[in-house]
Amino acid sequence: MDFEPSEEQQLLIDQVRRFVREEIIPLEAGLDPDASELEPADHARLVEKTKAMGLFGIDIPKEYGGPDIDIVTRVLLAIEMAQHRAGLYVPCYGTFGGAGLAQIFEANADQKERYLYPTLRGEKKAFFGLTEPSGGSDPARAIQTRAERKDNGWVLNGAKIFISNADRAQYGIVFARTDASKGRAGITCFLIDSDTPGFHVRRVVHTLRSSHYATELEFKDCWVSDHQVLGEVNKGFAVANDRLTRQRIPYAAGCIGVAIAAHEMAIEWAKMRSTFGEKLANRQAVQWMLVDNEIDIRTAKHFTLEAAEKARRGLPFRIEASIAKLTASEGGGRVVDRSMQIHGGMGMTKDLPLERWYREMRIRRVGEGPSEVQRMVIAREILGSNLR
Amino acid sequence: MSIRLRLDKPWRPLSAEEAAGLPGQLGVYQIADTAGTILYIGQAGARSPFGLRSELQRELQDRGTGHQFRIEVNMQYRSRWFELLMVYKADHGSLPADNAKNPPPLGRLSPA
Repeated sequence: MDFEPSEEQQLLIDQVRRFVREEIIPLEAGLDPDASELEPADHARLVEKTKAMGLFGIDIPKEYGGPDIDIVTRVLLAIEMAQHRAGLYVPCYGTFGGAGLAQIFEANADQKERYLYPTLRGEKKAFFGLTEPSGGSDPARAIQTRAERKDNGWVLNGAKIFISNADRAQYGIVFARTDASKGRAGITCFLIDSDTPGFHVRRVVHTLRSSHYATELEFKDCWVSDHQVLGEVNKGFAVANDRLTRQRIPYAAGCIGVAIAAHEMAIEWAKMRSTFGEKLANRQAVQWMLVDNEIDIRTAKHFTLEAAEKARRGLPFRIEASIAKLTASEGGGRVVDRSMQIHGGMGMTKDLPLERWYREMRIRRVGEGPSEVQRMVIAREILGSNLR
Repeated sequence: MSIRLRLDKPWRPLSAEEAAGLPGQLGVYQIADTAGTILYIGQAGARSPFGLRSELQRELQDRGTGHQFRIEVNMQYRSRWFELLMVYKADHGSLPADNAKNPPPLGRLSPA
């Protein structure tokens, strides 16, 4: 596979790179180092720019009005979009728009009218309610939130944790157990409006990301009609699983973008900073750290583009997505760590973005399936799925 | 185990002496009138030269005496600030008067 960007891809890359350097980074200099939002006026102005660039709603499928950019190109652009302080979790502060949650494209016509189209227009936001206090890595077994039949609908009772944006979203995609005897074949996916009686955002869950928080949810006799079932009853796990696999590719791209930014800072600093009469760049210890950075970045980029290319061709890409997520999140963490080491004391301060990347990159080894689950996916693939 | 939702430390008078003795760390704070009505919930972020100390010295300069304050040193100052605002709103139905003048984008919280 040839991963050299085409001429057209390179033009787009250069366009996004300029946008990050000329529009995002200068604004970011005036924000709190942990900020995740631009001033509304700045956000609106930059959205107009990304629309003029033809790149707004970059992840929206063409048939829904998206700019029809293939997944390989989207990965290349996602790598660029992440190269600023807030870039790992809020690339370009959302000024390139979003496509909403992937599952919502599986909605029926009525649900699309009520949820998908308002989401694409930016009128509604959604949260993804999968992880529970009983566990997140093995949702098929860990889901204890149950939905029971009542009055031509379902009554949900249970809790979710580490749910982003639930306090601000208008609706959520929530997974609940509808048949306790069937394991993963007993889970159903529901669309839950945030104002549904019995739905509660109970508390903020503070994490390493000061910029953003997760929430804990409670469903207490929360009744929804049959119209709120997304997909088919007892077939919700496939919906969740598909999303988790697809999400791993852009997730890896963000890690690579931040790793590149940290690496470039480390190179600049090594060329500039002298200790004991010698530039850092002339010291083998520093050179080797930079070489290891380069190898980690290239490895992650190769595997991530390979996964994207397979997805683009419509080939199975589950194992490739896991390898991409694994190499990018672990390698990216190492790159940021080494880059901090090269910067010495300055690398620990909030004056530079490295400390934020360090904290946020650590989460990436757990989010969207921890490293151990990715290895498990790969092991099953190479050893056979019946391995126990 | 979760951290305490509400800031319920004792109030301290907002004076030059009290403010000067505060740590230069990141965190959140509340300002109240003499009756204990919360007027403002603020944060001391990394742009504050001396963290909480700078912010409370600024508050004293802007508001003058006759106010009380309490602080919480917290590295997660931004998410904690959002949390305190949302909890206050859930408890009282609106934001503290001085936050309401320029409200940040907030979610809904219904603490148990």
